[in-house]
Order: sequence, then C-alpha cells, then structure tokens
Amino acid sequence: MMLMKRRDFLKAGTAVGAMASLYGCAGGSKASGHVVVVGGGYGGATMAKYLRMWSEGGVQVTLVERNPTFISCPISNLVIGGMKTMEDITVSYDGLKNKWGVRIIQDEVVAVDAAKRSISLAKGGALAYDRLVLSPGVDFMWDQIPGLNNAAAQGKILHAWKAGPQTIALRKQLEDMKDGGVYAISIPKAPYRCPPGPYERACLVANYFKQAKPKSKVIILDGNEDVVSKKGLFMKAWSDLYKDIIEYRPNSELKDVDVANNTAVLEFDKFKADVLNVVPPQRAGEIATKSGLKLINNRWVDVNWLSMESTSTPGVHVLGDAIFPAPTMPKSGHMANQHAKLGAAAILNMLSGEEPSPTPLVMNTCYSYVDAKNAIHVASVHTYDTATKTMQPVKGAGGVSAARNEIEGKAALSWARNIWADMLT
Amino acid sequence: MKLLPTVAALSLLAATSAAQAADPNLARNLAATCANCHGTNGKAVAGSGADALAGMEKAKTLQKLADFKSGAKPASIMHQISKGYSDEQLDLIATYFAAQK
Repeated sequence: MMLMKRRDFLKAGTAVGAMASLYGCAGGSKASGHVVVVGGGYGGATMAKYLRMWSEGGVQVTLVERNPTFISCPISNLVIGGMKTMEDITVSYDGLKNKWGVRIIQDEVVAVDAAKRSISLAKGGALAYDRLVLSPGVDFMWDQIPGLNNAAAQGKILHAWKAGPQTIALRKQLEDMKDGGVYAISIPKAPYRCPPGPYERACLVANYFKQAKPKSKVIILDGNEDVVSKKGLFMKAWSDLYKDIIEYRPNSELKDVDVANNTAVLEFDKFKADVLNVVPPQRAGEIATKSGLKLINNRWVDVNWLSMESTSTPGVHVLGDAIFPAPTMPKSGHMANQHAKLGAAAILNMLSGEEPSPTPLVMNTCYSYVDAKNAIHVASVHTYDTATKTMQPVKGAGGVSAARNEIEGKAALSWARNIWADMLT
Repeated sequence: MKLLPTVAALSLLAATSAAQAADPNLARNLAATCANCHGTNGKAVAGSGADALAGMEKAKTLQKLADFKSGAKPASIMHQISKGYSDEQLDLIATYFAAQK
C-alpha cells in the first residue's frame, strides 16, 4: 500500500494531486455514512470501490463475501477448454482493502432487518447500515430437477456455472473421458446468467475434443426453442469448425436427471452422456429472495432503475444477475459492473440528501470465444425512459460481430484485465 | 477537486438541456461506463492493449468518436457502442477524460 501511494505521489507531484490521482474528481456535496455491500462479484466489488473512490473516502464501506478471493465466471470457459488456469481467473481482494479502504468480512449474511437497517452474519454478530447493497448473483432452483436435489448428485453432475471448484472438476471429467465419449450440456430456459455462455462452452469443449479426443461429440440440449445469443455467429462456428463434433438440439428442456446412469431426462426423450453438464434454472441469490423484497415471477428482484433500490424495501439496493432485467438487458458481469456505478452514484446523492441522477445510462459488452483465438461479441447501450420507468435499449446502437476474428480474441482478454482492475484494484 | 465538474457543467449549459445540467456528476457517471474496457477514469491496464483515454486531448477523443459513429473509422465494436451516446454525452465524456492526469 505504501509503495502504491508513494508512486502515485511522485507521479502527481503534490499531495493534492496524489489525492486526485487516487480518488478521481468528485462533485456535489460530500457524502458520509456506512454502506454494507453483500457479495464481492462483478456488481458488489465495483460498488465497494466506486463508493470509496467517488466519496473520496467519506463513506465507510463494508464488503461481506463468503469466498477468500474473486474467481471470474467470464474467461472460466477457457479453463474448462484447457487454455487457461484457475490462477489466470483469480484476483485478490487486497486491492479493495489496502488501496481503497474497504473493510472486508469473509462471511455470509443470513438475515436482513430492513426496518432496523441491520444484517446478521452466519458466524455471529450484526452490522448496522445506512444503505445496504445486495449483489448475491444467482442461486440454482434444484427443486426443478428432483434427481439433482442433493449434495452427492450435485458433486457428480456438475454445473460449473459459478467459477471455482466446479470449474476444475468439470475440466477433470473432460480429461478423464475416453476418446469417442459424449459431453452434453443442458441449458435452462432464459433468463439465466450469461446468455451466450453455454454456447461458448460447447465451442471450447469441442475445440479440446478436436485436438485431444477427435472421435468425441458435444451435444447441446437447449431448453429454449432457439439459440439465445449470437445465434448466427455460433451456428457458423459450429458448421465451419465443429461440423462432426457439435450437435444442437433445441426444445430440449431438462425435466430430471437419472444420476446413476448419467442421463438427462427430457419431456419425451432421454439422453445418456459420458459427461453430463447441467446449467440449472436460476433465481436471485437466496439472501435477496428471503428478505421480503418484491420479486417478479417469484425469481428476480424488482428495482427502481434510477437508484437500483428495491421497489418494496427502502434502503436496500440490488445489483447484477439477481434483478429483474430491463428489456433486452443480459445477466452479465459487465452489466453488473454498470449497475454498480449507477447505484453508487445514486447512493452518494441519497446520502447527501439529493435526488439520484434522472438520466442514467448503462452499456454492455459480452465477448465469447469460439476457439482458442477467435471471439465474437454482442454489445448494447441502455438509457432511462421516463414513460416506461425502465432502461430501454438505444435504437440503432449495439450489435454483434460481423464475423469471428482474432482481434476480438485479444480484446476479450484485454476486457477481462481492465474490468477486473476496475472492480478490484 | 471542484474544477472538473465546474468545467463540465459550463460546457453542459452551452450544449444540453437544463435537466441534465442540474446533475453535476453527469460527466463522471457517463465516463464510468467506459471504464470496464478502458480502465478506471480512462487509465487502462498497462500492456492490456486497450486505448488509455485519460489525459487525451478533448478534440482528439471527439474526432475519434465521431469517426466511429459515422463509420469513417473501422472498428470491431466502437462503431456500435458510440451510437448509443448523444453528441452532448460524448462531449461530456471527452471533457472528463481530457482532465484526468
């Protein structure tokens, strides 16, 4: 920390310059108070840093996160495909603590008392807050897949849809599979976390098979009637690169799993795989669904798009995959980071007795790899619409890649390095 | 520390509606939407390959963005993203990054 400060100090030349270098320039009244952030992923980590940076240290921030380090879901398909390691997608929380002065508690929040503005921790004790931010990501709806509704089954039929031990375990299952084997990935009905993610994973597993186990197959059991994201680009990659490896089956919603036989049970059919990878149906993380916040479809938190505050529970803001998305808005890490900046600006205004900005804007960029070097993107920009009181995509903006290309393969890794720094250092 | 929002607010008064001028943090908030790819306050991670926007001359940034928008400058993605921002918003963003040292 001292080293970092001194370097900034020398670069900037003066003490005031050093402050500006560290915090950027903040406007408006100086906010104060205590904000508790629950969840240190793309949304929560960004929120913690930006509250400290934009308030110039005036707002105290406590981040409660159950994991000791940040492990990124984006890029984790490259670990499953064998091109990257866990170390490549892991970032320390030390930057938030040492550079930005965020208090970090490694624990889980078990209850929210919104009336008393307090949360309870699993290891005991409570924290009082002026504003609470929940960025809990998704939890899996195991009750929808009876055969997987126990820990032993979940240890055998993997999701790897939260990066961590499951990422390593799925890679190992693929390495252990014999040549000529079948990998099947089950995709739930949208909305789910990372719309293009399952199709990217199918490409990168097929890429591995092509090189190491060329007689093997990849079967995509899609619960949706069509490819949910970047359809033309993915289908072109499948036919150009993986013609005899990848088979796409739409309208293949998973009803159950016969765990003993590694078999996906569909409505009218069954499918036995050597490696069965189930991305389960999802809803907002449990702390959000059990805290009395208004949900939509009993799954996603309803938020005010000017502040990310729950529409039912004052003082509680919710970010990222856990919220009911605005039209065409994906559940992505990039979008969670943008939610966090919108929310941080609003919270600082509210802690200063001011209204949130009436004209927020957020944008999204999602890169997907189709092989080790080539990537494709989808991008969009969304602004607040007073008539519908939600974010609407800006017409004429956004779009997808013209074709897969190596420039975007490099851009995707650059994106990862910059967004991780934007959140955590 | 107060200089930048003032400058931003002045250019804003000339260019945009009163509703937007009422928000002194608008330039900061808009510029933050670029940070995912271009680094916090436009300071891209060294060696990442992303264009660092901090300290770039305002006219230069605006010209680049205008060329992305019109299609004059070929791009993999910025031609699509730049169209999501009004010229007034891009002016605020370019002003903000020019002031970052």
